[in-house]
Formats: sequence, C-alpha cells, structure tokens
Amino acid sequence: MSEMLIKNATVYDPINGVNGDLMDIAVKDGKIVDSVGNSAQTIDAGGRLVYPGGVDAHTHIAGSKVNVGRIMRPEDSRTGIKPRTAITRPYTGYTVPNVYAMGYRYAEMGYTTAFEAAIPIMKARHTHEELEEIPIIDKGGLTLFGSNWMVMDAIREDDQDRLAAYVAWGLLASRGWGVKVVNPGGGEAWGFGKNVSGLDDPVPNFEVTPRQIIRNLAEVNEKMNLPHSIHLHCNNLGVPGNYETTLASFDICKDIKSRRDRQSLHVTHVMFNSLGGNHWGDFVSKTDVIADYLNKNDFLTIDMGQMIFGSATTMTADGPVQYRNSTTFKARWGNGDVELEDVSGVTPLYYSPQVYFYGVMWAMGLELALLTKDPWKVLLTTDHPNGGPYENYPEAMTLLMSKKKREEAIAKITEKAYDRWHITGIERELDWYDIAIKTRAAHAKVLGLVEQGKGHLGTGADADIAIYDIKPDETDATIEYDKVKAGFRRSAYTIKGGEVVARDGTITATPKGRTFWVRTTVDNDGYGRMMDDLKFKFRNYYSVNMGNYMVQNEYVEHPVVLETEYQ
Amino acid sequence: MIIKDVLCPFCGCLCDDLAVKVENNKVVDIMHACKIGESKIRGHDRIKAPMMRDNKNSEFREVSYDEAINESARILANSRRPLLYGWASGLCEMMKKGVLLTEEVGGIIDNTASVCHGPSALGVHEKGLPTGTLGQFANRADVVVFWGCNPVHAHPRHMGRYSVFNKGFFTNKGRRSRKVVVFDVRKTDTANLADEYVQVNPGEDYMVLSALRAIVAGRVDVVPDTVGGISREKLVEVAETLKGAKFGIVYFGMGLTQSRGKYKNIDNAVSLVTELNAHGKHSIIPMRGHYNVTGFGNVCAWETGFVNAVDMSRGYPYYNPGETCSNDLLMREEIDAAFIIAGDAGAHFPAQSIARMGKVPVINIDPFHSATTEMANIVIPTKVSGVELEGTAYRMDGVSLRMRKLVDVDFPSDEEVLDKIIAKVREIKGASS
Amino acid sequence: MDLKATFISGRTVDQGCNLENKTSKAYFDAAGYCEMNSADAGKLCVEPGNNVKVTTDFGSVVVPLKICEGNPDGLIFIPMGPWANAVVDPNTCGCGMPGFKGIPAVVTPTGETAPTMQQLMARLK
Repeated sequence: MSEMLIKNATVYDPINGVNGDLMDIAVKDGKIVDSVGNSAQTIDAGGRLVYPGGVDAHTHIAGSKVNVGRIMRPEDSRTGIKPRTAITRPYTGYTVPNVYAMGYRYAEMGYTTAFEAAIPIMKARHTHEELEEIPIIDKGGLTLFGSNWMVMDAIREDDQDRLAAYVAWGLLASRGWGVKVVNPGGGEAWGFGKNVSGLDDPVPNFEVTPRQIIRNLAEVNEKMNLPHSIHLHCNNLGVPGNYETTLASFDICKDIKSRRDRQSLHVTHVMFNSLGGNHWGDFVSKTDVIADYLNKNDFLTIDMGQMIFGSATTMTADGPVQYRNSTTFKARWGNGDVELEDVSGVTPLYYSPQVYFYGVMWAMGLELALLTKDPWKVLLTTDHPNGGPYENYPEAMTLLMSKKKREEAIAKITEKAYDRWHITGIERELDWYDIAIKTRAAHAKVLGLVEQGKGHLGTGADADIAIYDIKPDETDATIEYDKVKAGFRRSAYTIKGGEVVARDGTITATPKGRTFWVRTTVDNDGYGRMMDDLKFKFRNYYSVNMGNYMVQNEYVEHPVVLETEYQ
Repeated sequence: MIIKDVLCPFCGCLCDDLAVKVENNKVVDIMHACKIGESKIRGHDRIKAPMMRDNKNSEFREVSYDEAINESARILANSRRPLLYGWASGLCEMMKKGVLLTEEVGGIIDNTASVCHGPSALGVHEKGLPTGTLGQFANRADVVVFWGCNPVHAHPRHMGRYSVFNKGFFTNKGRRSRKVVVFDVRKTDTANLADEYVQVNPGEDYMVLSALRAIVAGRVDVVPDTVGGISREKLVEVAETLKGAKFGIVYFGMGLTQSRGKYKNIDNAVSLVTELNAHGKHSIIPMRGHYNVTGFGNVCAWETGFVNAVDMSRGYPYYNPGETCSNDLLMREEIDAAFIIAGDAGAHFPAQSIARMGKVPVINIDPFHSATTEMANIVIPTKVSGVELEGTAYRMDGVSLRMRKLVDVDFPSDEEVLDKIIAKVREIKGASS
Repeated sequence: MDLKATFISGRTVDQGCNLENKTSKAYFDAAGYCEMNSADAGKLCVEPGNNVKVTTDFGSVVVPLKICEGNPDGLIFIPMGPWANAVVDPNTCGCGMPGFKGIPAVVTPTGETAPTMQQLMARLK
C-alpha cells in the first residue's frame, strides 16, 4: 500500500482532544502514522474541515427485515435511482436502499463504519450475506437476546454462568459484536399476540420479568468484558407515558460497573421512549426529564433516533409496536416471528409535519441532544430507517448547529405541537467539535471501537478520514446551514483504510469492508449446562438442526475478531 | 462415510436433517428424505458435455466448455432484450452473478416465482405479510389452515416436520394439539388428513376469503346463503375456529396464486390473517416450491431493490410485473434471446409462451436434459447444487442455510460458468464500444 | 360424447420425483395424464388408461385418463408440465402469472396417441 499526506487540514478529532487545529495527517498502509516520505500522494485540504470517518452505532442496514422492507415497498426502490457506472453498481431506494446504495451513500457522506442494530441469531447468515455485499464500509452487528428462551430459562433458574455461556455462543453463532435487548420479554409474549406492559410484568409461560432480563444481561455483559455495553430498546416504545418505563429501565443498570472505558448501558432511539401524557390526546415531550437524568448520571449513553419528515420504513424486533402502527395507520404490516428467539415487524409510515405527534417527536430527538449537556452521551442517529434514512444525517447535524434552521423548520409544523415540546426554548447550537463527537467519536467509544482504530485520527488508527468542503473558520453554521448541510452530504474526499473511495460525493473505489465480531471464552461448568439445554431445545423445538445453525466462516470474508474472557 | 445434517435440495421445506451414506464418492444410502428428496439426491441421467446446434430441430453436437461459453456470451452481448430466467434451483452465490450478468447485458432477470408465487409478492406489496419461521408455527399453532396447497404431494415432509404431526413446545400432543382445515377445489390427499375439508368452487376463493373477513368483522348479515359453494353456516363455523385460535397459521399455494383473482387472492388472504390478529395470533406463509426460490427473491431484493422480474435495460433496475415477467415478455415477442438456468421454462410455461422461445436463441444451463433443452441452441451442464456443491439457500420462511456437498464431480458450477460468461461479455462489449 | 369441465394443473409426488428425469417414460407416466372422478369418466364412457383429448381455447392435448374420486364433478386435473401447458391460458392479466387453473375445457374420448415430452416440444419450434 502506498503513503498519503493530507496537508492543511482543519482537524476535529475529539478522542485525541484535537479541536480545529490546522495540521497534516500522514497515512501509511491504511493506518494513521506520524510521518510519511516525500513520495507520498498528497491531498491539500486547503484548510477545510477534516473529521475521522463517520461511525454509525445504530442503523438497520442488512438482514431479513431490511429485505422485507424492500420486498414490501417497490415504490421505495423506485426512488434514489442511479444507473451503474464503470465503478459502481446501480443505486436504488431511499428508506431501504439496495446493498450497493447502502455502502455508497455512507461513503459519500464521509461515513466509513456502520453497525447493524438487530441480528436475530437464527437469521444471522442472511444478515451477513447482505453485510458482505455492502461495499466500502466496515461493519458489525448487535445480536438479539431479549426474548430468547435460552436467556429466559437461564435467568429464571438463576444460572448466570449458563446465561453467559449462551450469550457467548449466540455471539459466535451470529458473528455479533454486542448484546441487543429489544422490548425485553415482549417478543416472547408476542408469540401469542400479547405484550409485556412494564418492567415487572412477567413474561407469559417463562416467569421472568423484563427487569430481570435487563439486569442479568447487563451483569453478564460486563463479566464477559464485551467491548460494547448492553444496547437496550426499552419496553413500551411509542406509548404515551413511556418515559417512566425508560427512567426505570435506566435505574436497573445504575450500579453496574463497566469493565471498560465506556457506559454500562446504552439505550437506543430514546426519542420514541420519552413520551409523556396518558394517551395521544394529552401526549407531551418528556425529554427534559430524560436529559436531566443523563446530566446527573454517567453510566449511561443514548442515541437520538431523530425523526426526519417524509417517508420512513419502520422496522424493529418490537413486534407488537408494528402491529399497533399498522392497525392505527392502516399501513402494510410485515411481521416476522423467529422461533425461540424473537419477533420483528416492518411497517411503512409517512411522517408529516402537519400531524402534531410527529411534529413533537421530531423536536424530541433534537431536545435530547441539546438538553443533555455532555455531547458524548447522546449519539446522532435516525435509527435508520425508523426515524428516517441515514442520508439525512446532514439535516440532523445542521438542525443541532443552528437555532435559525430549527425555527425555520418549526414554522412548518402544525401549531398543535407547540405547547407539547421544549424545542422553542432551546438556544444551544452545537459546534464542529460537538458534531464530530456525535457522529463519529462517541459512536466509536460507545461501541468499544476506539481500540480497533475507529472514530479518531491518532497514530495507529484506521486511516478512515472525511474531508468536507467546508472551511470552519470562514463558515458560520448557525446561519449558513444550507451550505454546511450540502458539505456534509457530499464529502470532498472520503478515505477508507488509506484509499480514496469518494471524491466530491462520487464513488471512486469500492473496496470490501471488514466485519467486527467478538468471541468470548466461558471456561466454567455453566458452559456444559448451557450446551445440555441448547441441545435439548434444538432436538425438541428448533426447526433447524444444530449442526446447520451457526454462521460459517464463509459468510464473513474479512473478519476482525476480538477475544474476551468471562470472569 | 455418513454425512449428517444434510440439506435436501428439492422443495422449500429445505429439510436439514438428512443423513447420506457416501462410499467411493457415490451416494449409496439416503436417510430421512422424502421420496422426492431421495430421488433428487440419488440423481438421474446427466448431460455429459456442453452441446450446441444452429437449428433447434437438428441434432446437438458436443463442444468444449469454452466454445459453449463464448458462443453464449456472444449471443447475450449482441442481443437487445435477453431474458435470463430460472435461478430457483441454484445457490445464492450464483444468483448474485446472475444479477450482475443481467446488468452487463442490459437484460431482464426473472425467476420461477413468475409462474409460482409471483402474485404473492404483489400481495405483499399491497398488504405486507404477517409471518414467521416454521418452528414458530410448529411450537405454537393450534389451528392450521392449508389453502390451495397440497403438501402431501408438493412438500411431503412439511406436515411431519413443521405443521401437523410433529410435537412442539406448546403443541406437545402433536397432531392432537392442532385443528387442521383444508380449503381446496378438490379433495386432495392433504384434505384427507384434515379435521375439516372445505370445498371451494374453482376460481371463487376470493369470495370465500371476503365472506370470512366479513364474518370475522361481525358482519355475517352481509354474507349470502352460499359463497363459493360453501354454506354460510359452514363459513361461520370456520370463522369461529379461526377466531378461537391461540395461534393460527395459513399455508397457501398455487390454488390461490394461479386461480382467478391471482394476486388479489393473496391480498385478501393477508387481509384476513391481519384482521384475525385482533382475536389471537395469526400468521400466513406461502408454500414455496423450489428449495431456493426464496433465496432468489432475497438476493434479487438486496441487489436491485426488487424481488424478481427486474429489467436492467436502462442501466438501473426497473420492475413492473405484468410488463417485466417472462410470460408477458414472451407473449409480446420482445425477447430476442433466452438464458435459462436452474429452472425449466420449457416444462412450466404455457405452450404459446414457449413457442416464442422457439424463435430465438436459447441457452440452457442445467445438469439434466429438460424440456428447455429441447428448445435450446446451447446446453451447458453444471454441478447439482446441494449434492455436488455447497452454498447458500433460503427455506420457504426466509431462514438462510448452507447446503452441503456430498460428492465431487468434474462439472463446473453454475457460478463458474456465469463468471466466464460475464468476463467474455465484458470483453465483447469492451471491444465494440 | 364430450364432457364440459374446469381444468386445473398442479403438483404431484411422482411429477416431483421425475422433474430431473424429463426424457423418461417415468416422467410421462407422472405428468402426462388427466384425472377426473368415475362419474365423469362414466359420462364419457372411457376407462382408466384410455386416451382422452382435452381442449381449451388455448390448445388441446391427448393424455390417458386416471380416476380420482377426490375431484368434484366437472373438475379435471393434469399435473403441471408440458401436457398441461398445451391447454393453459398464457394471458397474465397484467400480473405476470398465466392462467394455470380454472380454465374451461372440453374432454372427449379419442383414439389418438398421447405425445411424448419431446413431441410436444417439437410442435413449438
């Protein structure tokens, strides 16, 4: 591999405390180095904005439910079309892009890493087949454990070693990076069309509570020394008054000590879980209370799940929510139960600013990011494509950077929303450094990817670099937000592993990305008990033989495997 | 040597519990397979070498792989509107190459779903699909409906493994845990095993579905005395059975997709099942035919955004079933070359469609002499996927599994042939541009 | 004597077993026949194994008769395959799927012989 020198870069690298310094960045063999020789390829950034390559810690980009979205929505695939070129395959789709557009669009925005937020173990092979086909970016995924029979049985029988052994086995079987918990227990209840109503509502037939599931998985997560904390999608999503469940869910993990330099709980798309009121009639934003909790506690991170007005394809392992959405809005309903493990649902929605609850929810994502003082605690996401497609991240970035832009947007929202939110009173405008945190640095830190060379530009880091056609010292993002948005939308250069993959928003190379996953050794007799139980379940209840279940190496062509040990 | 956990490369059940005894690179015994699966794995007379002929009525002559591949590439590269059809009896790995080849030649890619569950995809576009994995239904369903499908014949182990006779967690009494209802136009061998057989007049399924929806919605008053040949009394009884289910599952087949109403039948069936979820848990799933027809839909969707019938002539995917499905293209005489792989258009298209294929060059990639072979100008034999080649296939419920290789053979794989054709097409197109 | 009937095609186990064996006699036996109940066969005065000619608006085909009492009166069945294809409706009504089921047909006794798969295909090129 060749050498590269990026000169005159205005660099924001929050993990290394670099805040707008004018400097050069040297690259050799795909990594950041201290210096390179005279023959290195030189890119003159001309004082333009340089960030580490973007990292997305929560997005739905691959697997069964994404494909259900594509199959259900040909009208979506008829948008966003670009014909093939000598370098690129055709692009299709807006909310559910094809695999090629998925990778190209991230790269065009200067993003170089994205993590799929929900892998059902039984369908993990499919997830990896799509991940492998997504060009350019590095990826990984979080594996679903929140309604799994193996998990619930081990918890009910108070056998945490066995639970850990299963989580380790499940991560191996799915080639996953972390523990995702969606509507804990609710997935099993949805097996018979029911749900759990709160943290202490026992799961039918399994007699464990969502609280026990969260607590045990969080404890085991730390004992396993996993790079990421548990990643929780709270119970009661989308139900007015659910902020209380959310706060109570936070509390479950308050005293859990993280074994790594990161949170011990990440709660996702909290916008959908910060609803006040008793019903949609008196529904109000309770992001102030959530942000207040975040301001007082340091064990916790969240992501926004920012809503973007327009078309969305909602997809989640929260099956009951999607049934409710489809019946409420008379929308198409894709449901996908997974035996012994989980459920899922896919429903297309349209978020109109004329509908007050969408208007309020739009504000709530921004409120969470702006009312929480520490920028590291709230990641910028749209929960793609639930809140809206990730290609709108520049829209969300500039909304956070400019009060004037927010006011413009608010003027288009129905006035019925105005007395239900907090957005109008918020003066805060984020700066270039904050945005670098919220779109790459904090994502890498939350996922435990900093040591893997992601989210920063320190020596030894992956040479994943975004150069934007924005001169920070000459640009006032609070006013020139259109220019900033355009700049973030199409990077001047996206460099992935030391190779220029996009130039001025056009793809120039399509290397294959790598996939991160974790292998944890559980060396105690819990492993034996787990295998006995697992074999029993395969023999009696699974429709697939155990020998055919686990994802084979063939499906992860460029793996990066982190080894950990259970203690 | 006994190879365990073998997957069966025949139907959409994709049974993965076969054991196959192999001695001296020959399959000598097959355990746990159904009659069809055993027949498939045991194999039949092969096409021994690539063959070509200029005139479809003349005899084939054996040629080298290179010659057959180069001539195939020449035909595809020089055609204006090639159809690339079949795919369902191949592995996902070769399907990806198929999409790429279609892009390269600006053709139309379509799969066997076109004459099978294509209308189901249209129903999904209209209404979605509340579904799940087969094990979910096995463990939970207490009411099992087969509508317009005959698994005793088409999916012989389905009722034993997944749906009727097997025991599950909440269905631990096996057959006695379930009430089985069959809707069909004739009393099939599946109907003979049901608790309830409901005979529908041919082509009147849509009306019967509508009547059931009305009853479930509490509007029995709008239902005529008989609908589709079924008395209102009977329909009310069936609707009550469905409403009373803790978990109801509808398996449906060609009886809905191929009869009058076609995709509208699926729309209506999905609507019925969706509405039943107000009462208990209900799911619906198409009984997919080829072992990897579901894989094609998945590969095509993630590659192009569309599930099948994708026209690449514009340089980007264009999908409009009814315009871009094989039989429409053939009947409109648009096609000027046909590339048929891992599916037998010749045996399963209406004669008038096939007659159009008789007028254009036909390239047939298949291990066996099929009806398409009779129409072909070029025949290229390949490995039998799932017997002689490992790789990915999707069960009817979308569970992706890895097929095993049982024996070694010298034939190239579909993927290898496609790779070579793609390379040659690029060479020809590069030279002419 | 003829029988007005509704034609459908569909799968059978034996047809499935011979899907990759299409040039064989076994495939002919598995897919080249027409099923109806004995009452309908009686109306035609034909015995199982006798050839009948099935004619629709889209073509005709000669196949041997089989009895299946599961078929209601006036319903005839030919397994999916080249023999059925000779009489199915190629019109997809704009949804991609031809008419393989529910086609009005007339069945008549015949002394003609049933074509092989190859003979059927030869008619189409």
